[in-house]
Amino acid sequence: MATLAKDFTKGLWKEIPPFRLVLGLCPTLAVTKSAMNGLGMGAAATFVLLMSNIIIASLRNVIPKKVRLASYIVIIATFVVIVENVMQAYTYGLYERLGIFIPLIVVNCIILGRAEAFASKNAVIHSAADGLGMGLGFTISLTVLGALREILGTGSLFGIPVMWSSFEPFTFMVEAPGAFICLGLILGIMNVLGD
Amino acid sequence: MKDIFKMLVVLTLICAVCGLLLAFVREQTKDKIEEQVLLNVKGPAVSKVLQGSENDLIKDRRTIKIDGKEMVVFIGKKENTPWAFAFETSAGGFGGDIGVITGFSLEKNELTGIGITTHKETPGLGSRVTEDSFSMGFKDKPLTSEFKVKADGGVIDAISGATISSRGVCTAVRNAVAVSKEVKNGIK
Repeated sequence: MATLAKDFTKGLWKEIPPFRLVLGLCPTLAVTKSAMNGLGMGAAATFVLLMSNIIIASLRNVIPKKVRLASYIVIIATFVVIVENVMQAYTYGLYERLGIFIPLIVVNCIILGRAEAFASKNAVIHSAADGLGMGLGFTISLTVLGALREILGTGSLFGIPVMWSSFEPFTFMVEAPGAFICLGLILGIMNVLGD
Repeated sequence: MKDIFKMLVVLTLICAVCGLLLAFVREQTKDKIEEQVLLNVKGPAVSKVLQGSENDLIKDRRTIKIDGKEMVVFIGKKENTPWAFAFETSAGGFGGDIGVITGFSLEKNELTGIGITTHKETPGLGSRVTEDSFSMGFKDKPLTSEFKVKADGGVIDAISGATISSRGVCTAVRNAVAVSKEVKNGIK
């Protein structure tokens, strides 16, 4: 039981994907223009991560070693297309804003990384805990980064103004360089805080 | 040999199951997605073109066949009687195809207006075809008008610096006018 909790919580701090493992940076930098975008992207990736971890763990003794990567990619891609369809049908605005980065979840290295490093060697329940933990860690990272950039760049959070009225937004925070600067600062802070 | 056989079977099975699953999801979300696309991409242009209608324009759309091609026609109603219809045509602009919704009045032989749905024109220049100052040039014009830019002997004021984009829109409108009679008969 203790290891199950450990599998879940390691994704939240010790191995939090974008900040500790520095994986999955493409969506991390590109879509975090607002907290809502970060949250949506994180939720989509979490679903894919959780489902692919469960399926891959349950098939781990069936899939031959030589074709494992092909099998993983097919399984991951299937869940990504499901997410894409569902988002397009029910959250069209978010789907438009995330654009190409939803299909690109297929090649997100966190997901293939967890499949290869964890789900292919561990039991279903542990893999589910790992996937959920990593997904939540990814979601939290993206939401925090998105919130930071949105507050500094537009003076609002989730679209609601939060800063004082004379606050002059740093517009560049919602542009690409702002993403690098915010991510760098967060990485630095996390390193100072240490383990 | 046994290895290869196992690989084949496992991969084939995984792909088949995934394919089935995707087909199922696609089937479940297809209608909803179509509606969302219409609402978000074409909706704003359609409601501009058919301004004054009292019905749900997206819901009351009809699909008719013209020359073997399916065409979605939006019908505007006032007091439950149709007064105008609109449909999309496209033509090449400067950066790619420009999609134009053209509205036709059922009462008079006039356009009710045009609206741009999709385009890839240069921001700030060609993209100005989406602005009202340009599209108003088409409003309430009789169908017999020359829908060409003034430089080509027509009645439309081109946007300065974006003649090709303006021409693209005019071509799309002419395409729409050319089939409007058939569409009109089709929705009766």
